[in-house]
Amino acid sequence: MKWIYKRVLQAIFTIYATITLTFAMIRLIPGGPMDYLRAQIRQQGGTPGEMDQLLQAYANMNPSDPLWKEYVSYMVSIHQGDFGQSLFYSASVTEILADAAPWTIFLMTISILLIYIFGVALGAVMAYYESGLFDNMSSIVSIVSNSVPYYVIALIFLFYFGFDLGWFPTVGRANDAVEPGLTFAFFAGVLNHVFLPAISLVLTSFGGIALAMRGNSIRVLGEDYIRVAHLRGLGDQRIATRYVGRNSVLPLYTNFLISIGYLFGGSVVLETIFRYQGLGYYLFEAISARDYPLMMGGFIIITVAVVIAMLIGDLTYGKLDPRAEQGDSHESY
Amino acid sequence: MSRTEGTDTSPFETISDVETSKSARYREFLWDHVVVPLRIFLKDWRGVVGTVIVGTYVLMGTVGLLIFKKPSPNEGSPNAPPFETMALPLGTDALGQGIFRSLIYATPTMLLMILSGGVFAIAVASMVGITAGYKGGRLDSLLMGVSDMMIALPGLPLVMVVTTIFAPRSAILVGILLAINQWAGLARTLRSQVLTLREESYVEAARVMGAPTYRIIIDDIIPELMPYILISFVNAARAVIFGSVALYFLGVLPFSNFNWGVMMNIANDQGNALVVPAYRHTILFPMLAIVGLSMGLVLIAQAADRLFNVRLRTRHETEK
Repeated sequence: MKWIYKRVLQAIFTIYATITLTFAMIRLIPGGPMDYLRAQIRQQGGTPGEMDQLLQAYANMNPSDPLWKEYVSYMVSIHQGDFGQSLFYSASVTEILADAAPWTIFLMTISILLIYIFGVALGAVMAYYESGLFDNMSSIVSIVSNSVPYYVIALIFLFYFGFDLGWFPTVGRANDAVEPGLTFAFFAGVLNHVFLPAISLVLTSFGGIALAMRGNSIRVLGEDYIRVAHLRGLGDQRIATRYVGRNSVLPLYTNFLISIGYLFGGSVVLETIFRYQGLGYYLFEAISARDYPLMMGGFIIITVAVVIAMLIGDLTYGKLDPRAEQGDSHESY
Repeated sequence: MSRTEGTDTSPFETISDVETSKSARYREFLWDHVVVPLRIFLKDWRGVVGTVIVGTYVLMGTVGLLIFKKPSPNEGSPNAPPFETMALPLGTDALGQGIFRSLIYATPTMLLMILSGGVFAIAVASMVGITAGYKGGRLDSLLMGVSDMMIALPGLPLVMVVTTIFAPRSAILVGILLAINQWAGLARTLRSQVLTLREESYVEAARVMGAPTYRIIIDDIIPELMPYILISFVNAARAVIFGSVALYFLGVLPFSNFNWGVMMNIANDQGNALVVPAYRHTILFPMLAIVGLSMGLVLIAQAADRLFNVRLRTRHETEK
């Protein structure tokens, strides 16, 4: 139990640190976002008093207040779910992000699941037929997959399957002609739009997982306890899943946590390429338009999504590996 | 039993009768940690191919600059197709610059970014990971807590937000920024390696003999971690390539030099290469350059993994 509390506390602390970081970046850098925001707002005209009010509305910050008061009011508004106003879209940042977040989470969940299912299965089979033809061929495929950036595949698929062949849409996240709802047509449109972005991530990420899984499995296959298990006359099925499988998958857990952050971060590039209106797309639009409230809001929400996803991963890992829950404390030298 | 009686029989009192000079020890260290691993590394085709690929890029980024002249706009008609003339072997981009020479002139800054980002990442990762793993206790919890936080920060968005505020132009700075949270994952893996190493009998022996901690780390721990540090460097380098090209492609980083990402950006924004099939080469060649370099790095990492994977290594030694 103590382990879970520690994890949850750590997650909350990370989110706080991120919010504080965004505050510091907006507020404390001379000639930085605050001055830029003021210049943007000044163009709309108004007296200095009105300008401070507008700044409060857009960025939740009032520069005439002392710094600590500004920090507290920024924190309070974010807790109330108020991320300010987007300058570029002239809409509430919270509304934009609430609309975008589920799509990014959907895209990432599908991709991560497929990457791990495919990568782990391939790696296990490769280790089983080690040094055989299948292993060598798959190793080469995995190395190539690991060397290609996801956006390269994304661009190639976009122009080939999107523009040249016209099989998949090149813009958007759902079929606009179909009313959103629990209908087959709507879901088909959603899957059609998510296919190319998801497959770009899967094809460029499974290789690394497969190679790692292969290495782990080969290492585990050489362990004494596997020989003992064979000598005990346990079935091959049981040895493959309970002994080799489980012990080779566990070290992948660090990769898994890192890849959550990496893939969510990559959504900025991926969603921009496919103009898939998720968190990454809006973050990029905000960056191009110097829309600081939307930019900081997007950054905070992506971080929160990653932290929560990692927390879920952490808690399920405790179920797989009981050692984790005991916490690893080592003697200090 | 009195201590004075058995002085010359006690194993703890024996003095080695073989004198090893400093140079002999140095040679032995070189043999164990450089020559033998290098042989294993080069026996693997992946190690050879990877080294050749990365070596080619290094030559491109150094000697290539002396052989070929700097590309400039309007050298040929815009978006000229490849494989037509010797002067412009890969055609031209939307601005009429020769693609082949643009690719070459983009290499040095890329190598500089990789080097600075990779060195930064492994330096921080080694310091944090080895200290946390070896010292253990509260320091370990603290350092790993910080690493976990860094892992949770989505790298690319963080870098994008930071670069829009700072707009870095120096390649070295861009490399370091892109590696800003790369170290965290590497530190975690290094720590878990150190956790097993610190319990090895020879490390314990050094500890009992009263060797200072920094000597144990330098002499006994770091040499064992070398293959892993190499792999970490390669992974960080790959992340820096992917990240920097993505940011230049999106136009988030200020264009100050030739870069494969900038070439992709020009092809897409000014040449509309995604939609027009005849202009595809303007975006495909820079992408090929990225894939080539990162494949070289991945192959090196794969071959280095063989050094680290004890089972594969023993097999190699028995094959001899």
